[in-house]
Parts: sequence; C-alpha cells; structure tokens
Amino acid sequence: MANQSTNAIEASNLNAWYGDFQALNSISLQIPKNEVTAFIGPSGCGKSTLLRWFNRMNDTIHSASATGDLRLGDIDLLSSATDVVDLRRRVGIVFQKANPFPKSIFENVAFGPRLHMKLNKTELQDLVEWALRKAAVWEEVKDRLNAPALGLSGGQQQRLCIARAIATGPEILLMDEPCSALDPASTLAIEDLMDELRSQYTIVIVTHNMQQASRCSDKTAFFFEGKVIEFNSTEKIFTTPNAKQTEDYVRGKFG
Amino acid sequence: MSQPVAVPDPTKIALESRAKSLLNRPRRRLAATRFSEIGIYVALICCGLFSLLITVSIIGVLLTETTRFFQFDEVTLSNFLGSAEWTPNLGEPKSFGIWGLISGTLLVTGIAMAFALPLGLVTAIYLSEYAPRQIRNFLKPILEVLAGIPTVVYGFFALMTITPFLQWVHEGFNVYNAMSAGLAVGILCFPTVCSLAEDALQSVPKTLRDGALGLGGTRFDATVKVILPAALSGIISAFLLAVARAIGETMIVALAAGSRPQATLDPRNEIQTMTGFMVQMAGGDVSNFGTEYFSMYAVAFTLFLITLALTMMGNVVRGRFRETYE
Ligand SMILES: Nc1ncnc2c1ncn2[C@@H]1O[C@H](COP(=O)(O)OP(=O)(O)OP(=O)(O)O)[C@@H](O)[C@H]1O
Ligand SMILES: [Mg+2]
Repeated sequence: MANQSTNAIEASNLNAWYGDFQALNSISLQIPKNEVTAFIGPSGCGKSTLLRWFNRMNDTIHSASATGDLRLGDIDLLSSATDVVDLRRRVGIVFQKANPFPKSIFENVAFGPRLHMKLNKTELQDLVEWALRKAAVWEEVKDRLNAPALGLSGGQQQRLCIARAIATGPEILLMDEPCSALDPASTLAIEDLMDELRSQYTIVIVTHNMQQASRCSDKTAFFFEGKVIEFNSTEKIFTTPNAKQTEDYVRGKFG
Repeated sequence: MSQPVAVPDPTKIALESRAKSLLNRPRRRLAATRFSEIGIYVALICCGLFSLLITVSIIGVLLTETTRFFQFDEVTLSNFLGSAEWTPNLGEPKSFGIWGLISGTLLVTGIAMAFALPLGLVTAIYLSEYAPRQIRNFLKPILEVLAGIPTVVYGFFALMTITPFLQWVHEGFNVYNAMSAGLAVGILCFPTVCSLAEDALQSVPKTLRDGALGLGGTRFDATVKVILPAALSGIISAFLLAVARAIGETMIVALAAGSRPQATLDPRNEIQTMTGFMVQMAGGDVSNFGTEYFSMYAVAFTLFLITLALTMMGNVVRGRFRETYE
C-alpha cells in the first residue's frame, strides 16, 4: 500500500467474463498516476475489456461479469455500490469505434460540460474551442460548428470524440485505439495532446501501432489471450523484454 | 495464434484444392440473371400500378359521388363548410354542416391521444431503457396481442364497463358519450404507440447510449438527451399512425359515442364522429338516393382530405427531425 498515492488504478487477480467466456485471466497491474500507459497485444486479447472495466462501461453488457480486485484510490471498482455516474465523470473514455451523437459538432463537445458544469454561453464556447483545438480538429470544423457531426469524415469523428471526452476534464482518460483512423499528422497531434495532458491527467491508451506505443507511453502492458504477459517500462518492453512472446510481438513476428 | 509451421497440414491442402475446384465452377449466366432481373422489375411495377389503380379508383368514386351530393338543391357548399348543424335525416329543414361531425371526431381523437401518446411513450421508454430484459421480453408480445383484438370488443368494453364507471364517478355522463369512446380508442391505440416507439428507441445504436453514459451521464440523461432525440423521427411516426388510427376508428365510436352530431367540447355529451355517421348511413335502411345517402361520400371525402393532410404534415415534421445515425 506504500505506493498507493502514485497509482491511479490498481488491479489484482482480476478475472472477467462474457457469459461463460473468460476474457480476462487474473490480471494484476498498476496504472501509474500522471503517466501514459499503453496496452498492446493481438486483436481479441482483452484490452478493450479491461479498459471498459476501469470505468464500468461493461455494466451495459448483460453477460459481462468480473471477480478479483480493482480499485481507483479507495473506490472498489467492482462493487455494485460504486456510484458509476460519478466514476465515469472522473474516468473518461474514448471508445474504439467513433460514436458521435446525431447532433451538431458543437453540441457533441458541449454535451459533457452541459451535464456537469454551469457555464454561460461564452464560457461554454471557449471550452468547446479549447477541446477541439487540443484534439487537432478545430481548424477543420471551426466554420461549421452547427453542422451535424455525422457529416464529418471517420478520422474527424474520431478526433471529435476525443475532444468530447477531454471537455469534461476527467482525471483519468482511457483511449481505445484513438488514432486508428487518423492520418500521420493528426496522429502526431493526438500524441502531443497526450504528452501535454499527462502532467495533470492519467492516460491509458490501447494501440496497435508499435511506434506510437514506444513514442508516447511511459509504461506498456503486453496482453495475450486475456493475460498480461508483461508489464514494464516502455523502454524495457521495446528493447529488452523479459518474455519471448513480447519480443516476437513488438518485433512484428505475430499478431 | 501459432507461429508459421514448416510442415504443411494435410487437411489444409485438401481444403485448398477443394476451394480451387469450387471457384472453377461454372458461374450463373449473366444473361439469365439479367432476364430474371427484368422479370422481377416488371412484377414490381405491376404491383405498384395495382395499388395506384385502387387508390385512384377510390378517390374517383369519392369525387364523383361527392359532386353528385353538392348538386342537390338542398345542399350548398357554404352550408357544408360553414355550419356545425348536421341534421341530414330529420323531417325538419336539412342542414349539412360538416363541423358537427368533425368536432366529434376531433374530440374523440383528442381524448384518445391525450391518453395513449404520453402513456405509450413512457411505457416504451420504460421497456426499452429501464426494464430488465425478462420483463421486456414478457410484456412486448402481450402488447402486440392487445393490438390484435377486434375493435368491436373495445366498443362493447366501452359501453359495458367504461361508461358505467364514468357514470358512477360523475352523474352527468350520457349513456353514449365522447369520453367513454375516446378512452376506448386510446386503449386501442396504446399498444401501437408503445410497440412502435419502443422499436424506434431500440433501433438507436448501443454505441450512442455508451457515449452518453461514458461522459458521466445518468441513464435518464442518456435517454432524454441522446436516445429520445435520435429516435424522434420513429416516435413521431408512431404518434401519427396512432392519430390516423383514432380518426379512422369506426366500431368503437359507433357503439359507444352515440349518434347525435353536435359541436361540443364537453366529453360527457353524446356526439357523432365522421366514421360513426358513415357506418350509420351505410348500415342503416336509408334510401340509396336521398341527400343523406350521398352526404356519406362528402363526409368520406373530407375524412380522406384530413388523413392526407396529416400524412403530409407527418412527412414534413419527420424530415425536419430526422437525425440519422451513420
Ligand atoms: N460483448 C461481448 N460479448 C461477448 N464476448 C465479447 C464481447 N466483447 C468482447 N468479447 C470477447 O472478449 C474477447 C476480448 O475482447 P476485447 O474487445 O477486449 O479485445 P481487444 O483486445 O480490445 O481486441 P481489438 O484489438 O480487436 O480491439 C474477445 O475474444 C471478444 O470476442
Ligand atoms: Mg479493442
């Protein structure tokens, strides 16, 4: 418990299921505060599942269940008594698939602030602009803030969803493949964003892009078939990993 | 997730050669495909033309008979459109003021919708967003069965149960009254509203629900601020279908609302709706040549115009509120 203050989220012996299918198998790892943690691993190994347990999005899936220990500070994340609404205000998430609301671009970003804060019109406008700038999509949408968000391209929608998530000011930001549809320039902008946010926020990012993981994360967890094979500093994972599987994966030999 | 293997797997080789031979099978001949395509096209056109023909002939009959109605000496357009006195078959001076019937239809429809729309929508929201799945899977089919009960049953229910109950609550209710019929029509429309609105809510992608919840919204936030707006076009369709059904409903009003056309807002009164009058004319033993008989067509034509206007209005409203998701 000595390092409790430096860890944002701590999982130990966490198991998760969808019905009878075990998606996570005794996961133990600590997400350090004010750092960027990357989750890597082949498709279907449970990265999204773990991320969705961090802010209990799996509550919306009837068949999902979990055992073990998962805490955020002194909050028990698996307890049914946990206030999930408050939890999700503190732990924001950008989903793997961009899901803008069928509203205007502005309304999408203003959605979270409208829920949680009392802002006047100009304050809200400023916050929306800030979020859109941070997500590197401002220049493309500033002239059509009232246009429907579903008219944006896939990559623009993805950045809009990032803007929407940071506009609520979460302590912890979970990002599930936030750059999967982005061009190299936007990808770099999102990486800059993470770099900037890490001084105040804790960030967990799932990525299939090895360069991205090595470029912008402090720690990396390698997942395989529902288990964490290796969790270490990013440098170690990408230069001298302990496990053979990790080495094969980061060198692109499988997955 | 296995490493590349050196020794080829014999079953894989078999599968490979089988796939190759399957891919070499003769293809469907394009000419034949195109020919059947044309056949299907023609068949579809015929079906479309057939329904168009039916519609056109119905409108044709309505129009010609309505014209004949207005050719009678005792009928004037200004009386028809400008009066609420509908007294076609009394010995006294006849008056054909359509508002006497329209008001009855509107009163019954209004009562029915005041009951069915809010209740149907709230139930739909409960079923779609809040109810445990078992309850939903149990209630949804029951609603659909409810929608299939013949309306004559609702009519008798209104007459035998609702009316006595209303009279017990308040003595001013007539034996035939608009309230009883309106409530029965409302009960009739409720499952339709509920079931269609629930379908509309369910068709909103789960990712949108997740989006609202993931931003720290409550279930109520997600429902009211994201799901309802996204489903609005479908919900409006459900409402309009219910309104159209209430306006056109015949059996219930014929049984429970009475047969005295009058422009009133008092739901305790006996009234007559447009459909109620038509069924009285068509089923009663009036001569087939009198003004009162032809007035039926004028009423039918008016009803047709109202429903048409409603449908077109619905399309405009729906177009404005359409929020597409991908
Ligand atoms: N809603 C669900 N119901 C049943 N099984 C699920 C569900 N969601 C995920 N799974 C299963 O759980 C396993 C882990 O899925 P998860 O989405 O966590 O993978 P992932 O590591 O995020 O993969 P990817 O990189 O492709 O996004 C997969 O085998 C998947 O089929
Ligand atoms: Mg995933």
